[in-house]
Amino acid sequence: MSTPISEDDLLAYADNRLEGSRLTQVEAWLASHPDERDRMEAWRSQSEKLHRAYDAVLDLPVPPRLMPAANASRWIELRRLAAVAWLVVGGLTGYLLRGEVSSPLTPSATLAQDSLPRMAAIAHAVYTPEVRHPVEVGADQEAHLVAWLSKRLGSPLNPPKLTKAGYALVGGRLLPGSTGEVAQFMYEDARHERLTLYVQPKSAAAQDAAFRYAREDGIDVFYWVEGHFGYALSGNTGREDMLRLATLVYEQLDDTSAGNASHGSKKSG
Amino acid sequence: MSSRDAVIAEIPRLRRYARALTGDTSTADDLVQETLERAMQKWRLWRRDRDLRPWLFSIMHNLHIDQLRHARPIDYYADEDLPDLPHRPEQLDSLEIRDLDRALALLPLEQREVLLLVGLEELSYKEVAATLGIPLGSVMSRLSRARSRLKAILSGETGPHLQVVRS
Repeated sequence: MSTPISEDDLLAYADNRLEGSRLTQVEAWLASHPDERDRMEAWRSQSEKLHRAYDAVLDLPVPPRLMPAANASRWIELRRLAAVAWLVVGGLTGYLLRGEVSSPLTPSATLAQDSLPRMAAIAHAVYTPEVRHPVEVGADQEAHLVAWLSKRLGSPLNPPKLTKAGYALVGGRLLPGSTGEVAQFMYEDARHERLTLYVQPKSAAAQDAAFRYAREDGIDVFYWVEGHFGYALSGNTGREDMLRLATLVYEQLDDTSAGNASHGSKKSG
Repeated sequence: MSSRDAVIAEIPRLRRYARALTGDTSTADDLVQETLERAMQKWRLWRRDRDLRPWLFSIMHNLHIDQLRHARPIDYYADEDLPDLPHRPEQLDSLEIRDLDRALALLPLEQREVLLLVGLEELSYKEVAATLGIPLGSVMSRLSRARSRLKAILSGETGPHLQVVRS
């Protein structure tokens, strides 16, 4: 009761931000100071006036020019983040549901194969916007990159050349996938459009699978399983263009896997 | 809710504050548009543990100060981006609102900002300090001066000749 009532107390009182004993003290003090009480009433009425005057703005329709979706380019960053969040949630939900539904089957093999385009799209969405660290090992150390990723994935692995289509190898990185190590190669063209090739070791139970197409939240993914690996090529340049690029990749990897067929090394996740 | 949805959800609040701050619907929406664009550019700098609203208000505050400081014509948008819907300020422009617009315009900007962030947007005093980048004590003293001055203006104790011009 000893602390004198300060201007700050009165401000907080006028803003309804006082609680407990302090509120009681201020109210008691105001009861004996009618001038101050009038001043507080006037202050409170200011806030009410402000709300009466301007709250209507809250209900006005938002003009299209203020809707960020309208000017899309700057929101790409934001949308990519949203895409990643969405993909992760979707993937997780799918994973949980899958456990419920198909436990008697070979869940890990099915999961590994079905999740390939989704995991590839997530990795694509995460790393392609990266400016400073798009890859772990750059294309300038391609020999090292190839040796390293081949070793970690357990089979010889060569990034295909896409220079014919105008894409240069940026480099690659090692990622954790649903069944263990996964490699990602990144390519870029002159307009800085980026492609990623996601390479996942084939699990023992998985069958070879022909070309398939998936669209994961705006990212086109062509994927297939062959030889020692499952492959997924992801990009944002449209389905037609991506099909052309995926074919180019497929042809080259086909050669590689034929050449390496004698290795016969086997790795399961 | 996605990040974009979270920002979109703040647009009405940004518009209300900007409208009260600038006294004009179309100027306000220009400011909101710039704020949203700047927020996109700086998106990565937003710390997720901070509330989105004070962050957006602080961006708007800085832009508004910049605009007043430079006071040059700004080409906000190209013709093809012009709004499809016309604004309908007549909905808002009652006599009472015009009186309040005039009264607020007579407050120095630094007092008007604090008064609106507290009285209209109901930010905490601490949030206001963070939004404006000033100490808590300054928030309290500006608020006190704003309230006293607005009271005087609204009760006709001070005429337009006492207008304080600051930028």
